[in-house]
Order: sequence, then structure tokens, then C-alpha cells
Amino acid sequence: MNAVPATRPTPAIGTAPATAAGLSRDQALDIYYYLRLTRTLEERLVALYRQTKVIGGLYRSLGQEGESVATAYALERGRNKDILSPLIRNLGSLLVMGAKPVEILRQYMAKANSPTRGREQNVHFNDLEKGYLGQISHLGDMIPVMAGIALTFKLRREPRVGLVYIGDGGTSTGSFHEGLNFAAVQRLPMIIIGEYNHWAYSTPPEKQFAVKDLAEKAKGYGIPAVTVDGNDVFAVYEATKFAAERARRGKGVHFIEVKTYRRKGHAEHDDQHYVPAGEIDRWAAENDPVDRYVARLQEQGMAAPDDLTDIDDRIRVEVDQATDACVDEPLPEGESALPDVYVDPPAADKLWFRTL
Amino acid sequence: MAPPEITFLEALRQGLWEEMERDESVFILGEDVGLYGGAFKVTDGFAKRFGEARVIDTPISEAAIVGAAAGAAHMGMRPVAEMQFIDFISCAYDMLTNYVATARYRAGLSTPIVVRGPCGGYVRGGPFHSQNPEAAFFHTPGLKIVYPSTARDAKGLIKSSIRDPDPVLYLEHKWLYRRIKEQLPEGEEVLTPIGEARLAREGKDLSIVTYGATVWKSLEAAQLLEKEDQLSVEVLDLRTLLPLDDAAIMRSVQKTNKVLIVHEDTRTGGLAGEITARINEQAFEFLDGPIMRVTAHDVPLPYAPTLEDFVLPQTEDIVKAARWLANY
Repeated sequence: MNAVPATRPTPAIGTAPATAAGLSRDQALDIYYYLRLTRTLEERLVALYRQTKVIGGLYRSLGQEGESVATAYALERGRNKDILSPLIRNLGSLLVMGAKPVEILRQYMAKANSPTRGREQNVHFNDLEKGYLGQISHLGDMIPVMAGIALTFKLRREPRVGLVYIGDGGTSTGSFHEGLNFAAVQRLPMIIIGEYNHWAYSTPPEKQFAVKDLAEKAKGYGIPAVTVDGNDVFAVYEATKFAAERARRGKGVHFIEVKTYRRKGHAEHDDQHYVPAGEIDRWAAENDPVDRYVARLQEQGMAAPDDLTDIDDRIRVEVDQATDACVDEPLPEGESALPDVYVDPPAADKLWFRTL
Repeated sequence: MAPPEITFLEALRQGLWEEMERDESVFILGEDVGLYGGAFKVTDGFAKRFGEARVIDTPISEAAIVGAAAGAAHMGMRPVAEMQFIDFISCAYDMLTNYVATARYRAGLSTPIVVRGPCGGYVRGGPFHSQNPEAAFFHTPGLKIVYPSTARDAKGLIKSSIRDPDPVLYLEHKWLYRRIKEQLPEGEEVLTPIGEARLAREGKDLSIVTYGATVWKSLEAAQLLEKEDQLSVEVLDLRTLLPLDDAAIMRSVQKTNKVLIVHEDTRTGGLAGEITARINEQAFEFLDGPIMRVTAHDVPLPYAPTLEDFVLPQTEDIVKAARWLANY
């Protein structure tokens, strides 16, 4: 704990660019919708967690919604377009790609009807047609896997892009480095979003690596890399859009480091006692991605207060309906644990003592 | 005219080649597999015929090789990943056991990859070019493991593995590469079913359950025992290790009532333990003696010929063990 400086500066908020990243008013409001939906849905999950309806841990993305939504929004979305692989704090990315709130709720509550039929939790699920591939808990593994997806795009000459997230802590894994290098050598149409959110569980960056910026690591593999203010939705959107267009044109891998801040603990049980006093409050007060986005929208006349409250109201209804639709659903039957380890044999054997 | 006699390695190569010709989604990735043709020349000529886009030279990154294969497989490709020596598959252990093996179960993802590579000792390869890694993966639901011992099965199992909808580890014993030859009719579609053992030799006094290089050592032992002891020894070549062909094992046990399990891998935690347990559960009343094991000693595999020969199970060991069991 003494290794953590008592006062770490928050990145300066840049001056607003003259244009809003080429986004139309409808798109700008659409982004607001996803930002707010992420936050509202997580607040609902907290309520369900406290009612012990969430079976396992609850992982918040509070403070990171901006970079999640903006990176996903910069991709081409729809059936069989770009594909991304979200991490636990990329709920926003998943929602942008078309995952439904009810699916997230079911995953957390381990419902029989959840996308993984109760076999996996939270954002660990996928729909490759919509364009998302859930992570596994072993950090770094999704980098080589996304490289394989991007390799397929390249082999088939499809103008598609793969995007994958990695946290500051995750960049310490071997798979991250192997995957980055492989993708760079193959010049794959791929974007890596390095999320510098200041905490890997309780470990600060200075105990994780000796470079200042994650971008330096990517540059070591010959990958063009930029560092952007991760809580500036427009900046992240622009950087991702730029990288995606280049990757689509055969210009290879791009790395975007987003400086952001994890305002909640690793999971809900984590009391964050390791965080220097005042740090979280300061980020919340001065550098909240949603607040900053709203301020920019209003500054640029892209949204009136009423537009936003209308969206907020709509989201509240949507999240209520999603909750009502699934909260009382059953958990899966125990024996449904056996099928689908393989195509053939279709199910694992039920063991003899269960038939006595 | 008699069909040509080809080596185990050539049979494997033919199988790979035929699948590359048959299905455009099949591609190869690995270290030095391209223009060089692989450390053992299994992919010799492939890059020239199929192009470097389908025969990809990779960095020395086993986790990336397997991970990228998995990602491509999710998208409908059929990657065949080569481990230059199977010893290096441990560098991809996480990717295989956590990511690949669980993908269908946890997320409904199809991951039809083949990870293949030269395994096994008796070649003075030392601790890191001689391993038999099957036990490390045998414990992982979601993977399949095949381990051919004949040229026909080398071909038939690589083709079946590539066509299988799930991930398969294909272990090829380098001692067999150029030692085993067989006539394989040209133009015949050889597809060895995954999950089926092969009765390598019929017998009635005692069963040897084995796989890989020790199939040949067991056959040699069986011949000797027939000649010198008038013993009729059955040899069952498992061919697929995961899933095990329980039915074939039990059929043999029921017939001979005595079982010797032989494998080249070390004893503790080796497959013989699991096979023993299954026989105990499924055919206990047919046994006329203890189930015995002939395996490698529980040490890393040493380099010097004298040491390696001591550590690994030899034909003579099998002969002695079978004699002991027959007299029980």
C-alpha cells in the first residue's frame, strides 16, 4: 500500500474538439443510451446481488462505461460484421453489440434460460453472428483467440475487424505477448484496447509493469499504438474508428490504450481498502465518463435535457421489464450438466451411484 | 499389383494432404512447417502446393498457435496445429484445457482443431524431446486424444481427427515414423473411427492393453511368449485414449481373465491406473489375477542410452511381466 502514491493525478480533461467525432445527433443519443443502460443495468444487478439473487460475484464497470461503449460503437455492427471479445468490465461493449439486458440478468442469476444454460456466468457468453465472443477468466487468452478470428477474416478476404480488450494487469500474461506478436507478424485486421484502469484486483500498475504506458508494450511488437483519455467518449470513438478503418484496409494491428479508472472493487465483495483516500471520489467528481459525455452533448447542442431524461425513463422501463421477465425463472435441472461436452458422445455418463 | 509400402510418416502426410485437398477450410500452422516442411518433414511440399496462407509459419508461441487455431475454428475453419515436439504442448496447456476444451460446454462454441506433434522416447531425445503428454490431457473433459501405432491408423486417424467436430490431440510416435511400413491402397479413403480400439493380435491366455510404440514391443513379446512358453497373448491397441473404448477392453478381459497394461508414459497418474479402475468396476468377476502395469519408471526421461533403456519399458520387461502374470 505504501507503494501507491497518496495523490495520483487524474488525466487532464482535454479541450473539446470542434466536431463531435463525425457522429450524428441520433448516434450521439444512441451512445448515451448505451452508457446509461450499462450503468442502470449494473445498478439493478447490485440490487439483485443484495437480495442474493445473483449466484456468484458481481463485477462492476463503473467509470469504464465510456471506453467500453465508444470502442464497440466504432465497429461495424450487424449480422456477421466485426467481432469483439469483452472482458468483465465491458458490459457496455456487449450491449452495443446487441446482447440483451435480460441475457445479462439471466447469466448472473444462473437461470436455465440463460445463454449458457447456467454453465457460465456474467458476460462470459457469445453470439458470433452478432459479433461478440465471451472471455474466459484466464486473462490474455482472448488475444490469440481473437488473432485466430482475424486470421480467418484475412484468409477469406473479408473486410472485417476483430477487437479485443486487455486490462493493465492482463498485459503481464504470456498469452497477451504471444498473441500480440503473432497478430503483428501476420498483419491481422485487429484492434487491441489496453484498459489502463489503475487496478488489477488490488495491484496498482507500478507493481505490474515498469513502463509508463501500455502503448509502449505494443510498440515493442511493431504495432502502432496510441494512448487516449479513456473517459472521453469522443476521443475513444475517434481513435477506434480510425484504427478500424486502417485495419479493414489491410494496415494490420492497432493498439489503443485507454486511460480510465475502476471506481468499484474487483467485485462487489471487495472493500477497496487498498485505494488511497479520496482517489475514487475525485475520479467520480471530476472525471466520470457519462457526466463528461452529457456535458459535451449539451455544450454542442446535440441533446436537450429532455432528450436525456426520456432515454433514462425508457431504460428504467426496459430494465424493469427484463428483470420481471427472468427473476423468477428456474435454475437448470442438475442432470442438464451432462450433455454437450462433445458432439459425440452427446452426453457424459451419469455415474453409477446416482442410479442406486 | 501390390499397393506400395509406405511409412507411418508418409501415411500421416498423405492423410493431411488429402484433407487439405478435400476441404479448403483445413489449414496448417506451426513452427517451421512452411517452406522448410516441418522438423520431421511431415508437411514437406505443403506450402508449395497449398500456398503459405494455408501453411503458416508461426513464431515460437505455442499458446498463440493453439489460441489462434481455436479462434479460426470458431469461424468455421479446420486448423491443424503442429507442435514441433509434443513436449512443447505444455506451453499451450492453459489454452487447451481452459479455453479450447471447455468451449462447447460453457458457451456452445464449436472448436474443431487438431493439435498434433511427435511424441515418445526410445530415440535418445532426452527430457524435452521424448515426452508422452497424454496423461496431462486425459483428465480434461472436452478434448479427445488419439495415438496411432500403425501406418493405416496414422492416416485414418489424422483424417478422422480433422473431420471431428471437437478438438483432438493427435500423438504421433517419432520412433514409429520411419520404422513402421505398411501397404496402403492408393485412392482408398482410410478413416479410422475415433473411440475404437483395434485388436492387434488375438489370444486366449492373457491380454495386453497398450497403445503407441509399446504396441510393437507387446507384439514382439507376444510372439516370443508363444514360441517359448506356448502362451496365447492378446494385444489390444487402444488407438484412441480419450474416450477409452471400454467395451473392447472388457471383451478382452472377459476372454483371457488376465490383464497387463503397458504404456511408455510414467507409472504414477498414467493411463494404466484409470484402465485398471474401469476393469475393476466393470469386469471384476472375470479376473483371475491382479491387473498389472508395465510403464516407464517415475523419473524424467534421461538422455544416455543406458539410462533411457533402463527407464523405459522394453520388450523383455513385457515378456517377464506377462510370464509372471500367466503363472499367477
